[in-house]
Amino acid sequence: MAVATPTRAPEVRRTAVDSRYRRGAGRWLVLAAAVVVGLAILAPFGIMLLNAVKSPQDYSANGPLSLPTGIYLDGVLAFWERTEFPVKLWNSVFISAVVAVLGALLSLLNAYAIGIGRVKGRLWIVTLFLLANMLPQEALIYPLFTMAQSVGLSNSQWSVIIIFTVIQSAFGTYLLASVLGTFPPALLEAAALDGASRWRILWQVVFPIVRPTLSVLMIFFFIWTWNEFFIPLVMLTTNDTQTIPIALASLQGDRMMDAPTINAGTLVSLVPAVVFFLIFQRTLTRGVTAGAVK
Amino acid sequence: MADGTNILTARRSRAEQRPRAPRRRRAAWVGYLPYLLPGAVAFAVVIGYPLLTNVYFSLFKWRGGMAPLRWNGLGNYADLLGDDQFWTSFANSVAMIVAMVLVPTLVGLVLAAVLFDYLGRRFGARVSSVLRATYYLPQILPVAVAGVLWNWILNSQTGALNTILRGMGIDSPPNWLGDPATALPSVMLVLIWVQIGYPVVIFMAALQRVDPELYEAAELDGAGWWHRFRAITVPQIRPETFVVTLTCTVAALKVFAPIYVLTRGGPESSTLVPSYYSFLSFFDKSQVGYGAAIATVLTLVIVGVAVIILGLQGRAERREREGI
Repeated sequence: MAVATPTRAPEVRRTAVDSRYRRGAGRWLVLAAAVVVGLAILAPFGIMLLNAVKSPQDYSANGPLSLPTGIYLDGVLAFWERTEFPVKLWNSVFISAVVAVLGALLSLLNAYAIGIGRVKGRLWIVTLFLLANMLPQEALIYPLFTMAQSVGLSNSQWSVIIIFTVIQSAFGTYLLASVLGTFPPALLEAAALDGASRWRILWQVVFPIVRPTLSVLMIFFFIWTWNEFFIPLVMLTTNDTQTIPIALASLQGDRMMDAPTINAGTLVSLVPAVVFFLIFQRTLTRGVTAGAVK
Repeated sequence: MADGTNILTARRSRAEQRPRAPRRRRAAWVGYLPYLLPGAVAFAVVIGYPLLTNVYFSLFKWRGGMAPLRWNGLGNYADLLGDDQFWTSFANSVAMIVAMVLVPTLVGLVLAAVLFDYLGRRFGARVSSVLRATYYLPQILPVAVAGVLWNWILNSQTGALNTILRGMGIDSPPNWLGDPATALPSVMLVLIWVQIGYPVVIFMAALQRVDPELYEAAELDGAGWWHRFRAITVPQIRPETFVVTLTCTVAALKVFAPIYVLTRGGPESSTLVPSYYSFLSFFDKSQVGYGAAIATVLTLVIVGVAVIILGLQGRAERREREGI
């Protein structure tokens, strides 16, 4: 702004001077307010970090705000062993990864028929998918629970995988169908003239072009499934099948859980999510945007 | 979302305008039906059938498992009407909407505009993107994990907040999650903390779409920040506002995990929500028919609210088009 003003008309310059005047103290106040909001949001994380490596004696003597007097890792170790954390980590990774791949695949097949094939009644189909994505899981859980029991999938991770593949692909279909609806027809016509079958067009023409969107979808599906709570809570009933959030929540009522163990558990549980977020941050922010505007 | 449905309706009207060679077109789309088959089967099995079965269960008295189903007609629904806890749970849903939709959307709108249009221009894009990432941080954790952390912070005996308050000389700080008077506001605060980053990120992305010349022209005309915010920012990003309102309202009506890890609906049902109430009926009280009835009502409420929001969105878009 400031660079452009000198070349402009005199009365314009006056407004610019006004705004520069306002910038003086005002902009620091606004920045301070925005930073305070940020600190308020960070505060729980800070308190958690301070207390995750603090001994119970240190906590009761010096309270939650003091720096730990020494690095105390027994909380982390206690949580790690009590929950058999590597097992939980693997369960979460396995379920989320399989759902991400299968969900993206199912979304692509559906969207191919809707967006490119333009099947009749597609508006209704997409509306149905959209509504399916909004349904409360409570309205499905008891029948799903009894169905899983009757086909021998009770307490099986595959029941959770199948359910989330479908739920996530409801959103994926909706998003991909509108993306494929704008697919350049010239490409499809050229491929059809070359005699390519629908199956080949899907994998050799459509798939390479929508791969970026598919990878965003897979990251979404992975994170959403990772964060899911209700269906895994009901379907996965033993220690060897449960995911990280369920393991943490089920330790919660435990009388033996002192402050450092709770904080260590929270810290260990959120590290994978944060790491995953940092790795895929760029793709993700693009994806959040795509999801909003599409 | 808005654009998605628009594309579809636009495409349909284009198809209707084109009467020639209908037989060949039909043959073309029929060939794509096999691609819909896996999805159709999966949806029928995982969503359609369970949804209908749940409605079926809601017409019975059933203790679950091997117990016999006893026909109850609409009895469960009649019982709901006289059930105070049921009404409390939906009243609390309104509180959840305030905490997860109203406050985050309004605050998020102001924060996004301040970051984008004020701080971004005066301190550079780096400052605003660091602040945005900070606001978004709670969104990336499993909400159950965030809830466990807050449960400890707000614990009346060992929690961080009350330890700090006692250190400041307050002898009997509130039992935040254990007192019916403070439990709901405490849960709402946690949900605002979880939710606030989502609208900020969406709205900032939306603002990138807005033509900067609009702001420059308004600024040259002497419009202050607040004036520009009302006259440009808010109307320009209305589509995203609808998306945020819709997705967050549905999420607020469905909220379960935070309630489960923070309060389990207590104390004295002061934080009970419909999803948790149906969970309790299913698996705790073994009143499967009753739980199914609650879940069915919740489904109808969610679909109804979604249809209303989508309808309002359609009307706003139509009005805008006519205005232009």
